Amino acid sequence: MRTVIFRTIAPYLTSLMLLFSVFVLLRGHNEPGGGFIGGLIAASAFAIYGIACGVPPVRRALVFHPMSIAGTGLLMGVMSGMLSLFVGVPFFTALWVTPSIFGVEVALSTALVFDIGVYLVVLGTIASIALGLEEREAV
Amino acid sequence: MEVAFAALIGIFFTVAIYLMLSQHVIRILMGVVILGNAVNLLIFTSGRLTREVPPIVPQGQVIADVSIANPLPQALVLTAIVISFSFFAFLLTLAYRAFQELGTDDTGDMRVAEPVNEPAPPTGY
Amino acid sequence: MAETSHAPIDLSVAMITQAPALADWLVVAPIIVCLTGGAFLLTQRKNTALQGWLAMLILALLVAVCAGLLMHVLNNGPIIMTMGRWLPPFGITFAVDILGAVMALVASTVALFCGLYALTEIDEQSQRYGFFPFLILLLGGVCGAFLTGDIFNLYVWFEVLLIASFGLLILGNERPQLDGAVKYALLNLVATTLFLIATAYLYALVGTLNMADIAVRVRMLPEGAPINTIVALYLVAFSMKAAAFPVFFWLPASYHTPRSVVSAVFAGLLTKVGVYALLRIVVMLMPESRSLFADLLAWIAAATLIIGVLGALAQNDIRRTMGYLVISGIGAMLAGAAIASDLGLMGAILYAVHSMIVMTALYLVCGIMIRSAGTHDLRKLGALYGRDPLLAAIFLILALAVSGLPPFSGFWPKLTLVQAALETGYGWLAFAILINGFFTTIVVGRIWVMSFWRGGPATTPDGETIDLTAMPDFPPKQRRALLLPVMGLTVLVIAIGVLPRPFLTITAGGAGGLIFQDGYIEAVLGKTANLQGQGNMTEPHNASGESQ
Repeated sequence: MRTVIFRTIAPYLTSLMLLFSVFVLLRGHNEPGGGFIGGLIAASAFAIYGIACGVPPVRRALVFHPMSIAGTGLLMGVMSGMLSLFVGVPFFTALWVTPSIFGVEVALSTALVFDIGVYLVVLGTIASIALGLEEREAV
Repeated sequence: MEVAFAALIGIFFTVAIYLMLSQHVIRILMGVVILGNAVNLLIFTSGRLTREVPPIVPQGQVIADVSIANPLPQALVLTAIVISFSFFAFLLTLAYRAFQELGTDDTGDMRVAEPVNEPAPPTGY
Repeated sequence: MAETSHAPIDLSVAMITQAPALADWLVVAPIIVCLTGGAFLLTQRKNTALQGWLAMLILALLVAVCAGLLMHVLNNGPIIMTMGRWLPPFGITFAVDILGAVMALVASTVALFCGLYALTEIDEQSQRYGFFPFLILLLGGVCGAFLTGDIFNLYVWFEVLLIASFGLLILGNERPQLDGAVKYALLNLVATTLFLIATAYLYALVGTLNMADIAVRVRMLPEGAPINTIVALYLVAFSMKAAAFPVFFWLPASYHTPRSVVSAVFAGLLTKVGVYALLRIVVMLMPESRSLFADLLAWIAAATLIIGVLGALAQNDIRRTMGYLVISGIGAMLAGAAIASDLGLMGAILYAVHSMIVMTALYLVCGIMIRSAGTHDLRKLGALYGRDPLLAAIFLILALAVSGLPPFSGFWPKLTLVQAALETGYGWLAFAILINGFFTTIVVGRIWVMSFWRGGPATTPDGETIDLTAMPDFPPKQRRALLLPVMGLTVLVIAIGVLPRPFLTITAGGAGGLIFQDGYIEAVLGKTANLQGQGNMTEPHNASGESQ
């Protein structure tokens, strides 16, 4: 698997896939897409990087342990639901703010925060499973 | 249309159960995956099949003015897909680890936790 | 965005417009505590010094929240919380009555004691692997299952607790664990898939997933609707989750393989979730179909009672013996579900509470015994009385409790169940419960005599004691730290046995909620009905108010 061509292309492919995963995540706002599928794309990006260059560089590139990433995502998800407590609406009611940033109206919502949380959970768990499998393969 | 789907779901269940009756863990896993897909199709069909527009309310309106597809089964199927996918990923890892450690993927030979021919416990001392 | 448009439509018909009372937040509080706590601990995996105590703090908070929830439900009746602002049949609802609150409280209490035990037992490496986060996420799944009022949501919580239990089960990565985990994982996955299949058919039939709404619509079903087939599927699925007679084999194959504290958590919590689901879905939502299956359930219960305890008699490994005792306890709870008079259900709930506490405590004691003697084999155990008389006393108390002898916690549920069985004409079921008690006494009595009373392993001559100093090293400080949570659970066992009145009253309330579902239905749907009436009346007013 570790041919020169693959190893040369893999970093670019990984970064492209990561970019695409963020695009899919944000697109999920109004169109098909979302946190789960975005997280899957990101996790497979890291899996490809791992196949090409070995697992240790991937772990370095991720900076945080995959399970910590998943934990952060879960925390974000629950927190986005908790915000409703302070506004006086039932649990997990979507709240919207539309601030103008440089004259452009940006619709931000707790649903988006939740979706980013999902993205991180999926990225973390699937990456940790994939990296675990790749590590064993190498031994 | 429901009849065709019912037949398809039946075939899925048949294949899944046939695979799950195998002794090899990997085949059982394949059976579980197909079973998951059969259930997804089942949920989808149980929400009734209709030729309607997607359940999206046009901007400016609160209720769609045409009849729309039932969005609930889609949400349920999506949840079930997510869950069955992550389970499959985990089970694959587990089966692979078990194969490495136990040296077999035949459930008949997996007797480490439950040894064969264990003698009866003492009846007195 | 819908709010900003000025369409003349009254949102209060379909959406919640008032702010929920602060007390309603208690319904979701256990889940919030578990998920936030578990997630935070996941990010702190490396910090083993902090992690354990942080986990204790979260568990203690969880117990407090669940206790508050139970108090509130006892005083005010069932309360609900709906996700988002959609009114109950549409939005996902969390609804909690006495049964759910009791189960959540006992589960979190048991988990707190297990956590205290784990502080000493679980080594640093396993902590880093994530014992405490998984424990708390597992508890989140269990509490979610007890508190949810939506049948598909129940499935999701089943999967949450299942995936957390996988993580706990393979903690340590030993060969028997992988072997047991394969069987546990596959069979439990099949069970939850069966549950999902049944739910899909139920949705096709009644067109709703909200439990209260299901209860209403099942009553209105036309003659000949295939509801009994669906109930049969649910029975299979929940029997498999609860480890009842023909489908219990995953339990003895896996429960003895993980760390003893993990086994204790599983024995206390997992199978009871299956029993709870059976009580909630089959007994409460579909009472007519249940009475059709009552005799079948009674046979399954009797078979589980007898075969479970016979299986326990045939084991050398004390942990596997305990696994079979868990199964035979499930039989007693199923007997209550089969009888389904208010006394029978009360017995089933009380037995579930008793079994959660006692089986957890017994597994923890087994963990200490194995640490003391260095073996789990009944043939090699012995002379533990000399080593630790207090442990011997605790085991004896738990042994009497699990056999159903007074004055401990097992006596009251068994008495209630036997009385209920005799009252409803299930004399043979009462007989099965008593026979089970008799054999259970033999099983646990034999373990006590062999491992505590006799002087040493099988070959030791009668009347002599082996050299106690030759036993494996077990620092007294560690032993005390491990004994403390077990003593806590034992105090609970004695408390239920000696002062049963509050427990009997509360569980009778839980059983009443299962039989007279109207309180539950009204709590979930009543507001909708009222609002719909009001909505129609106030619609013109609202519309004019908005257009001005």
